Amino acid sequence: MIELNTWLCWLSWPFLLAGLFFFLAGTVGLLRFPDAYSRLHAVTKADTLGLGLLVVGLSLRSDSWQSVTQMLLVWLLVMASGATACQLLARYQRDADRVDAKTHQEQPSDAR
Amino acid sequence: MPAELLFDLTLILLLLGLAGAALHTRTLYTSIVLFIVFGLMLALTWARLGAVDLALAEAAIGAGLIGVMLLAALARSAAEPNTQPARVPLSISLLLAVLVLALLIRAIQPLADSNSVLPALVDTHLDESGVSHPVTAVLLNFRAWDTLLELVVLLLALIGVRQLGRSGMALPPAWPLLRAWSQMLAPLTIIVGGYLLWRGSHAPGGAFQAGAVLAAGAVMLRLAGLLPAIRWSRWPVRALMLGGVATFALVAVGTHWMGAGWLNYPPGWSKQLILLIEITATLSIATSLTVLVIGENEHPTP
Repeated sequence: MIELNTWLCWLSWPFLLAGLFFFLAGTVGLLRFPDAYSRLHAVTKADTLGLGLLVVGLSLRSDSWQSVTQMLLVWLLVMASGATACQLLARYQRDADRVDAKTHQEQPSDAR
Repeated sequence: MPAELLFDLTLILLLLGLAGAALHTRTLYTSIVLFIVFGLMLALTWARLGAVDLALAEAAIGAGLIGVMLLAALARSAAEPNTQPARVPLSISLLLAVLVLALLIRAIQPLADSNSVLPALVDTHLDESGVSHPVTAVLLNFRAWDTLLELVVLLLALIGVRQLGRSGMALPPAWPLLRAWSQMLAPLTIIVGGYLLWRGSHAPGGAFQAGAVLAAGAVMLRLAGLLPAIRWSRWPVRALMLGGVATFALVAVGTHWMGAGWLNYPPGWSKQLILLIEITATLSIATSLTVLVIGENEHPTP
């Protein structure tokens, strides 16, 4: 049993590191991308994937099914609310861009 | 443990940095966003210190609802003036900071030596309190008077805001996506709120946390246009808002009249009375916070 546990512990490292990588990538994207849409893309997609990988990694280390289920539920909630918030912010930005384009009588800088 | 020390130091530096940044940014909007992040980090700090009750309250009320209220106030206020605020001389700020620091250190000093008698005192009387969680026992039995006054403060704040006579924020028509997601989240907020309330008797949780979660759900439903306007002029709303203070005050008067003294529950009745107060207080807090955040305006144009 101890054998299995140490094995699982080692197996969890790639997931945890990959999760950290995606969180970092999402944060860098949020800071460096040029417009609201690509920033939203970076922060919602990369963070959701990063959180999912962290949940997988931590589940491999966890010793009770209850905490695994709780982490999975948290991940599902964060994923769904992140996707919804992303859509809402993007639509808000699109409406604002349209108003801008109307007032300035020119193409918005980023139509998509 | 060096890992824990590293985490704590990072947390402390983040808190200080966020506090400084929130005070010194150019625009109010950035300050508010930084303040919300500060609240979340503070909640993490409370959790790290083992004060889960405070962490829950800070995350729900300090970061969540106050953040929304500040943003709503900003949206309603006029455009920011571009003038730089008058600069206070550095010497005066330094003097003030040192004075406040001295006061704070004096206040915190007694906590450092951990041979205070209060925790032991609470533990010995926990059996008589009717609940098994020491924080709830203090809040609703040993120091119930303070909690009653907290509810009164909330009610006064609500009445004060109503006196200002604003009609609440103008709600944009809701997108179908927001509506669908709120419909899915609303039952969850009720479950979580109910769970926090029920859990309060034996673990961290309780009326304020449960009320804040329920209020968050109600605010979201209001924003999605799924909930009718919550107006003071309707009697159920008034009853819900006043219910907490009224029940609490009735219990206080009742216990005094029965001869046990103000808010000294008769033996054997503690659990029932605390439960009654907690439930009515939760509903009051949820309604009051909802109205404080979202106002009493009519349904938005669809």
